[in-house]
Amino acid sequence: MIYADNAATTKMSEAAINTMVSVANANWGNPSSLYTHGQAAKEILEKAREDIAGVIGAAPREILFTSGGSEADNQALRSAAALGRKKGKMHIISTAFEHHAILHTLEALKKEGFEVTLLDVHENGIVIPEEVDAAIRDDTCLVSVMYANNEIGTIQPIREIGNICRKKNVLFHVDAVQAVGHIPVNVVDDNIDLLSASAHKFHGPKGVGFLYTKKGIALSNLIEGGAQERGKRAGTENVPGIAAMAAALKEADEKMKENALHLTKMRDRLIKGLGEIPHSALNGDAHQRLPGNVNYCFEGIEGESLLLLLDDKGICASSGSACTSGSLDPSHVLLAIGRVHDVAHGSLRLSIGEDINESDVDYIIQSVKDVVNYLRGFSPVWRDLMSGKTEFIL
Amino acid sequence: MALYSEKVMDHFRNPRNVGVIEDANGIGEVGNAKCGDIMKMYLKIEDDIVKDVKFETFGCGSAIASSSMATELIKGQPVSEVEKLTNKAVAEALDGLPDYKMHCSVLAEEAIQSALEDYRKRSGKDI
Repeated sequence: MIYADNAATTKMSEAAINTMVSVANANWGNPSSLYTHGQAAKEILEKAREDIAGVIGAAPREILFTSGGSEADNQALRSAAALGRKKGKMHIISTAFEHHAILHTLEALKKEGFEVTLLDVHENGIVIPEEVDAAIRDDTCLVSVMYANNEIGTIQPIREIGNICRKKNVLFHVDAVQAVGHIPVNVVDDNIDLLSASAHKFHGPKGVGFLYTKKGIALSNLIEGGAQERGKRAGTENVPGIAAMAAALKEADEKMKENALHLTKMRDRLIKGLGEIPHSALNGDAHQRLPGNVNYCFEGIEGESLLLLLDDKGICASSGSACTSGSLDPSHVLLAIGRVHDVAHGSLRLSIGEDINESDVDYIIQSVKDVVNYLRGFSPVWRDLMSGKTEFIL
Repeated sequence: MALYSEKVMDHFRNPRNVGVIEDANGIGEVGNAKCGDIMKMYLKIEDDIVKDVKFETFGCGSAIASSSMATELIKGQPVSEVEKLTNKAVAEALDGLPDYKMHCSVLAEEAIQSALEDYRKRSGKDI
């Protein structure tokens, strides 16, 4: 099997699994308990907080553990909105291609009276900082921009946007779920006030993540019921999961340069190879993207059937087609960068992992070529394009 | 549990009656690329019997499987039987489809009925 869906989830690293098992075995006490066995678990929890904070340039007390990226996103937005409401600032700026954890929360906030501006992400999938600047109003309480897009991998000018937000005294949240552990993220250098991350995207376990909150920003609770996490997130902490997340992140951070170098090479080989397929197009900027992300549209075919046939060839990938989302509309990300519906249905995302090699990449390229060719062979859309009845878009 | 039944996967992996009939006397096309599914059915009807049927589909796994199964169900059948083909029959013959994929079987029914209508028009049997 060639696993090329690391943006969906990653395999846990050995270090993460070992940590998880050893903590579950030896330190299963409740960190809120005062006896030694409980305090030993507390120590592990606080060590994990220190390690994670260290990687992103934060102070340990600025890290709050959550159930994952979605919870962190929800809490960050809810908190910033609550602070805004107190000051009568009811305007939020974000982008059209955020994760649904952001977009759906913004929809909910709209119903509660907030006004939301979603910025254009342009054809290359990159926000223009000047446009953020221009969109900020006197009543803007928050700007939320993802570090790297989960579908097309484009990396945003976070530092510049953060700088603008600082100058204008507006809170800046970054959904860094796809970035942390893969590219350098530093909350101080990047001028970030709130940042969400998820362990299972960097070889940690599922069901655990964290929210960084710059000192002095008051969080609102999503979950009430206890004094854990300085009263900001009730519920007994997932100590084995949190420890495993820290182990995974430390390792990802140590190997980041080496991994990125290898992945970029493999990515560019994939991009080049798939580009040989006629009437195809890369989605998102070719260079300012995550080292492991490749996303293509192929005209005349539909993504789900492509995925199923790739699965038969032992390749795990994903698509932004409607059929894979359970709705009639294809991916909002592809629509946001200007792909029309017809083309967006035929998309393929390959998010490769560090263990991939050149022969895997060549096998993927050949397999995609074969499957696209096969599906086009009995596609009425392709027939109409080839006969000139309709015009090619790509 | 797998996303699709074995029968769906079989018809998806090895679709029956794929292609075009050059001298078809009934052609129907339904769906649109915007929604992600297009089915085109070609019928060759002689003496009120479906002598041959072929299809082309742009769509997901269940759309391709539904087209394939629908062609199998009507091949060699009299027009009077083909008229009665329902999406339910297609879905049942595939050992079921996930709820949100039932529209694929509807599309298959519609494609065949649309091809029949075209046949009636061409042969002057339009009622």
